[in-house]
Amino acid sequence: MGNTDRPLSPHLQVYKPQLTATLSILHRASGVFLAIGTILLVYWLMALAGGAESYAQAQGFFGSIVGRVILFPWVFALFYHLCNGIRHLFWDMGVGFEIETVYASGKLVVVAAVALTLIAFGMAYAMQGGMA
Amino acid sequence: MSMRAPLARVRGLGSAKAGAHHWWAQRLSAIALVPLLLWFVASLTSVATADYATAVSWISSPWNSALLVLMIGAIFYHAQLGMQVVFEDYISSHCLQVTAIILVRFLALLLAVVSIITVLRIAWGS
Repeated sequence: MGNTDRPLSPHLQVYKPQLTATLSILHRASGVFLAIGTILLVYWLMALAGGAESYAQAQGFFGSIVGRVILFPWVFALFYHLCNGIRHLFWDMGVGFEIETVYASGKLVVVAAVALTLIAFGMAYAMQGGMA
Repeated sequence: MSMRAPLARVRGLGSAKAGAHHWWAQRLSAIALVPLLLWFVASLTSVATADYATAVSWISSPWNSALLVLMIGAIFYHAQLGMQVVFEDYISSHCLQVTAIILVRFLALLLAVVSIITVLRIAWGS
């Protein structure tokens, strides 16, 4: 096809990893992860529809070590994708493109995602069935 | 006067007048999912840690089941739109790319319908 002697842009690995690029690919990665993770939602709903016994089984799974190891990054990915998605929506409105703003919003997204994850699990542990 | 090259017209290339649809649909479902997911996760922290009867009665409330159905629709719609872009960007074989997009679209639709039916069954207690 084309001229293979054209100069190539520098390959990705010679770049110093930057917050902007890292958060950008993490948005995609978390999106794919969440899409696969929807199976957890389907499983939870089906277990609930299956009756008290199957629901107790699902709760046992989510409460187990394996369940928690899956659930924790899943909730973090959810909040990260949600917060960074809001950042994207601001960009779509043409807001926040200044380089300092991009870095500041990026850091804010990470802090917010960590905070929301901790709040969610904190609430879950504090409630522990105490909905009433 | 057409701005399109005759060859492009013959091949059926060029604008199909729906170029921004995917972009817009992705944003719209994203906007819907922000409050829906915050509500869902906040609710789950108490509902999912409680017993079976609590979870069933929570879903049985009309508002909760309605919001759940909307959330499920938005989730699978948004997920499928996102996966489509990922496939378009990273799968270079056109045949594989289209196959992956179609399969994920069908799978998303299946999971969405199954989830919605499940919610309604729980809510209507059958």
